[in-house]
Amino acid sequence: MTDPGGDGDLRQSVPVGRSHRIPLPSLAAAALVLVTTALALVFFVAPNDADQGFSQRIFYFHVSIAMTAYACFVAGAWQGFKHLTRRDPGADLAGYVAVHQGLIFGSGVLLTGSIWAKISWGHWWLWSEDQLVLFLVLFLFYCAYFMLRYSLEPGPQRENMSAVYSLFGVVLIPVSFLAIRLAKGLIHPVVFTRHGPSFGGWILVTYCVSQAAMLVLAYTLYRVELAGKRLDVRLRELKEVLV
Amino acid sequence: MTYARDVAALARKDLLLELRARDTLPAMLLFVVATFVVFHFALPASPSRLAASGLLWVAILFTALLGLGRAFVPEREQRVLDGLVLAPCDRSAIWVAKSLATLAFLAAAEVVALPVYALFFHPVSGSTVLGVALADLGICTVGTFVGAMAVATRARDLLLPLLFLPLAIPIVVGGVGASVVGAPGRYLGFLALYDLLFALVCWASFEYVVAE
Repeated sequence: MTDPGGDGDLRQSVPVGRSHRIPLPSLAAAALVLVTTALALVFFVAPNDADQGFSQRIFYFHVSIAMTAYACFVAGAWQGFKHLTRRDPGADLAGYVAVHQGLIFGSGVLLTGSIWAKISWGHWWLWSEDQLVLFLVLFLFYCAYFMLRYSLEPGPQRENMSAVYSLFGVVLIPVSFLAIRLAKGLIHPVVFTRHGPSFGGWILVTYCVSQAAMLVLAYTLYRVELAGKRLDVRLRELKEVLV
Repeated sequence: MTYARDVAALARKDLLLELRARDTLPAMLLFVVATFVVFHFALPASPSRLAASGLLWVAILFTALLGLGRAFVPEREQRVLDGLVLAPCDRSAIWVAKSLATLAFLAAAEVVALPVYALFFHPVSGSTVLGVALADLGICTVGTFVGAMAVATRARDLLLPLLFLPLAIPIVVGGVGASVVGAPGRYLGFLALYDLLFALVCWASFEYVVAE
């Protein structure tokens, strides 16, 4: 890729201090405030669900974490697309970090979904829960992303394959969703629909705040990890120059 | 037109290689029949039609995996892929040709496997055959693509099932649906949609997998 010959070459390879609009400390502070507010709203303000009582509150996190994970996967694919079309030098690392965050939040979806299933149905796993099954498929798919990435030498080929694979991911998400819907009709009928028609007032506010909290949290984590990874790459390049 | 000629030449090369070496197809045939025998002993006596058609799909998927694992082995061992990438043809032609060749092997294996399945377990319906045909297209397009990815890595054969199986789950859903439901239109339509969508993505992005 880059030939670590001179200092001028090195400066172009990975942009370390790219100017982001929001500085990281204020982003972290915003994430903290939002998450705290969301927790307070979920536990003290939102009304109990008529059918399922207290345990239904986990949905505020379950759903918003799931949406955040989708956002991360889409962001990863977008970076992959940028890498393939424009050869954006930072896009590969950014895409990797986005997929990594998506996988972390995806595990959160599986965890919260399992907890809910245990409390509500007495089983840790439910095949009738669309979101849960979809995330299991995506979890397997994106775990393979890491296997693929780490069994390739760092270089243009690894960047290309990671980008292509993350693009496959955003095609797989709707296709799998459709498949799971179809399979559900096949294996057993839909038992109940989760959201009733009444979805307003504090419920909506709580959901929106926890959604925003999760998105900002994910973005903060993304930025932190990206900064660390870029520093890592830079350090390795400097070492190569010294040796 | 030149594109079609390139594809035909490349596919012919694979078929000819198989015809002379006879590496893949006999292995696939033996594997699928052996799988049926294993399933017979793994399932309770006289399995229901539902259970049996499920295992038909498992057998097809794993047989395909066996063939796909072999697909890029000659290219790897003789370093043909470098030559193909340098050849003055569209890179996606390599993928199309390889998919066609694997499709031919898989179809040949199924020509034997479906009658054997009917003999061992339950008769095969027309919609099942249609579902198998549509699923084969999806399996070969996606499988060849991830096969090309896997062959470039250090892990190689280890990686192919890991990359392929999550992508194949929708195919299994569509295929099983097509073979067990009375009106399989929705499932066949879904399989066709899957084929079309992933064929487009593979076709557009194969160049990035083989070239730097």
